[in-house]
Amino acid sequence: MNILEVKGVSKRFGGLQALGDVNLNVQKNTVHAIIGPNGAGKSTLLNCFVGKLIPDSGSVMFDGQSVLGKKPHQINQMGISRVFQTPEIFTDLTVMENMMIPCLAHRDGAFEMNAMVSLAGQKDIQEKAEEALADMGMADKRHMEASAMSRGDKRRLEIAMCLAQEPRLLLLDEPTAGMARADTNNTIDLLKQIKETHDITIAIIEHDMHVVFSLSERITVLAQGTPLVEDTPDNIKGHPKVREAYLGEAQV
Amino acid sequence: MDAILLQVLNGLDKGSAYALIALGLTLIFGTLGVVNFAHGALFMIGAFCAVTLQKILNLSSITIDPTQTDFLGNPLKVKTPYVINWFGEVAGSAIINWSVPLAILVAIPVMLAVGYVMERGLIKHFYKRPHADQILVTFGLAIVLQEIIKANYGANPIPTPAPDAFHGSYDFGVMIGFEANAIIYPVWRLIYFCFSALVIGAVFAFLRFTTFGMVVRAGMADRETVGLLGINIDKRFTIMFGIAAAVAGLAGVMYTPINSPNYHMGMDFLVLSFVVVVVGGMGSLPGAVLAGFLLGVLESFASMNAVKGFFEAIYLPSIDQIVIYLVAIIVLLTRPRGLLGRKGVMEE
Amino acid sequence: MLGLDKKNSALLLIVIALTVFAPFLMNPFPQSSGLAQFNAGYPDLMQRFVIFGIFAIGFNILFGLTGYLSFGHAAFLGVGSYAAVWMFKLLSMNIVPAIVLSVIVAGLFSLLIGFISLRRSGIYFSILTLAFAQMSFALAYSVLTPLTNGETGLQVYNDDPQILLGNGPTVTHLFGFEMNSTSTLALGDWAFQFNMGYYVSAVMMVLAFYLSMRIFNSPFGLMLRAIKTNQTRLNYTGVSTRPYTLAAFVISGMYAGLAGGLMASMDPLAGAERMQWTASGEVVLMVILGGAGTLIGPILGAGFIKYFENIFSKINENVLHGWFAALPDGLENAIVWVLHFFVGKGWHLTLGLLFMLIVIFLPGGLVEGGQRIGRLFKRKKSGDDASNTKPAE
Repeated sequence: MNILEVKGVSKRFGGLQALGDVNLNVQKNTVHAIIGPNGAGKSTLLNCFVGKLIPDSGSVMFDGQSVLGKKPHQINQMGISRVFQTPEIFTDLTVMENMMIPCLAHRDGAFEMNAMVSLAGQKDIQEKAEEALADMGMADKRHMEASAMSRGDKRRLEIAMCLAQEPRLLLLDEPTAGMARADTNNTIDLLKQIKETHDITIAIIEHDMHVVFSLSERITVLAQGTPLVEDTPDNIKGHPKVREAYLGEAQV
Repeated sequence: MDAILLQVLNGLDKGSAYALIALGLTLIFGTLGVVNFAHGALFMIGAFCAVTLQKILNLSSITIDPTQTDFLGNPLKVKTPYVINWFGEVAGSAIINWSVPLAILVAIPVMLAVGYVMERGLIKHFYKRPHADQILVTFGLAIVLQEIIKANYGANPIPTPAPDAFHGSYDFGVMIGFEANAIIYPVWRLIYFCFSALVIGAVFAFLRFTTFGMVVRAGMADRETVGLLGINIDKRFTIMFGIAAAVAGLAGVMYTPINSPNYHMGMDFLVLSFVVVVVGGMGSLPGAVLAGFLLGVLESFASMNAVKGFFEAIYLPSIDQIVIYLVAIIVLLTRPRGLLGRKGVMEE
Repeated sequence: MLGLDKKNSALLLIVIALTVFAPFLMNPFPQSSGLAQFNAGYPDLMQRFVIFGIFAIGFNILFGLTGYLSFGHAAFLGVGSYAAVWMFKLLSMNIVPAIVLSVIVAGLFSLLIGFISLRRSGIYFSILTLAFAQMSFALAYSVLTPLTNGETGLQVYNDDPQILLGNGPTVTHLFGFEMNSTSTLALGDWAFQFNMGYYVSAVMMVLAFYLSMRIFNSPFGLMLRAIKTNQTRLNYTGVSTRPYTLAAFVISGMYAGLAGGLMASMDPLAGAERMQWTASGEVVLMVILGGAGTLIGPILGAGFIKYFENIFSKINENVLHGWFAALPDGLENAIVWVLHFFVGKGWHLTLGLLFMLIVIFLPGGLVEGGQRIGRLFKRKKSGDDASNTKPAE
């Protein structure tokens, strides 16, 4: 069963055709990677899923519902969470406060005027947030200001925040960009573990082939705004078109 | 028809001032990313350059004329401005008479220097600070500058007349085929408009046709990339700030004969210039100019007796006071980016 | 206590104690001493402390928590004043309906302005609120003269309807307790003044402070702080930021309306100048000076500014000459010449400089300054400890 169905999506920026007639299906409870050389339109495509961009034509269906025209927060409430290339967290707040926000958003929805309630009195939120931090091994850092954490920890916190919303689809935009090998491997392990322990679909945009091949079950190769091929990792490895696309990039 | 034309003309001088101030605001905002709440103060400083020059030129030597007596019977003290002593009666009084246009020569270096000091001394340190801090520190600076002027020149407006040659009005109507006395327009206001058009043209030409201007425009579009190319963009931005200051200052110098300058003229114009910038589209130079003239003309139409009378009839006197704001709200509700605003400027 | 944790309860108690004993605390110098001019225990000054305290506390909920810098909040204060005076004109001099209406009207007005202004954020938002404030000023000053009495300002006249007045007091009162009634306690060379209006305003301020504490510590408050640090993440966490910012905007607008209503209750006048954008700038300064985003900061800032405004405006050249009379004449004249720019009518220059200095050197305001000093002492102490323990190791 497909959780995400993309049909004929096109997007133009002025004279540049960023996406041209993209068709893509992400099956439920799989890890699906979208790869491609720089400028292939990966991020543009992702932005069309989360409501940051609206495609010129085509449809994006999540679990049978269209996401087009919806605002980012509405799409998120439908069950899509997004991890950014550079970790987007609340840097001025403590780690615990960071964790409580998605818990609140999951419980209360897009807006709740609970100005006269004590935050400390929200036992369910507190417990859920602490549990999530403990799962990530960050319980000891809960009173730390988030800006003081290492980049790897920020990434883990961001992922934990996304998971706290119990999303059905987790989108990751180059989660290991700029990471050291050790951190990259940790992230791979973390994602594998998430895949095993959660009822979740993961779609990942990635440059690092090591990450792609150790995680994904399906791979879509994007080049110049259109999908070249979609297949299993083993078939992708030896595919001539993929080689061409990447070699082409190497020559530039 | 002639009444409409007259209102258009009437709106042009105020519109010119809005356009010049808004142009500088947008330039600073586009290049440095700073909203300069002290920009109105620069307009005021320009005006007070003219006031100061007028004062200096009128500095006089006092001689006693033994042949004449004043009404108390004492020997008459005669004040003669030094310029007249030095250059003779004719040239001397001509210089005094032309103090406002001459002030342009004074204002350009002064304003460039003020702009340079402001940018290097204060605003430079605020590039990386939040926008709120930038607004607040320039707001504080505006108060300080305005109070300094007040302490030195007093709170009352200081009359600063235009040269005699430009006094009076000119009957335009005749020139373009209307009856005599249909469209009479003060000469100085026309000069102000032409001068503004000249300054605006010069700024656009400068940005369009010089390499300096091209780099600045590129920097406005994408600061990081230009920085990566190894171009010292910061230095150019400092110069840009100086130019913006000079533009505001010149607008102030030439405005003095239209409205006698006082210490709060800067603040008065600043708020409206902000509205102009927002209506024109943040970061759009043509937008600032267009909106400046449009709103100036609009304000003048709203102050027409017929229009005012209509609104007075529905218990809304002095509609001209708020018409600019009303239009600004409508524009922003229908075109949130302003008339000529680009996507992506000041979003998120 | 009252849904607050220990630390906040203590803070609330301190604020209560300070406001209750303010007539003593503000009047430390004997009347015959030369320092008496630094006293601030006069009813109208103390009223201003707490009323501007309310204004600043409310502004802090918007600016301190969400980071949205409004330059138009004086408009809400002005609208509140007008609403209150209309209640005096139409009903009676009882302040309860006046204050209730001023809060409601300011709330509705801020809902309207906030709804439009909050379509944009950052600089755009500041400029929009500024434009609205100036428009409100122009409206009050000329366009809506039938409602605001234009330049003259709105006030109560004998021929106003005042349908509920009956034989009631003709000065503002709270169920018979007149706002301008002051009892004086003479203790030796001191004269402490206890004013009804001050205590009514003080009770309102304590209440306002308590509410702001609850807001700060609520999930709502956390969301507002999250808006300040990262709106993108919040949007992608399924939270719609607009209703939150709008709610904060309206709450702070209602606080401003309350302040305006109280202001009119102390002195039943309302004028357009209260709405000018320099007045909006003043409340921004109060919050920044005290410490934006802190609980106690706005109250400190409001008190500080209003106190020094009062003192600095009173000082003139003669006073300065009196102070420096002991110095040699030349030096005395030089010092007085320099200082006279900053006092009396020059208070605004001092205010502007203060504004710049605070933003440049102490963006966290007085609270941060206090914390820095506190840390300095702590470090010294722990430094001593460290040097003491080291040789033992």
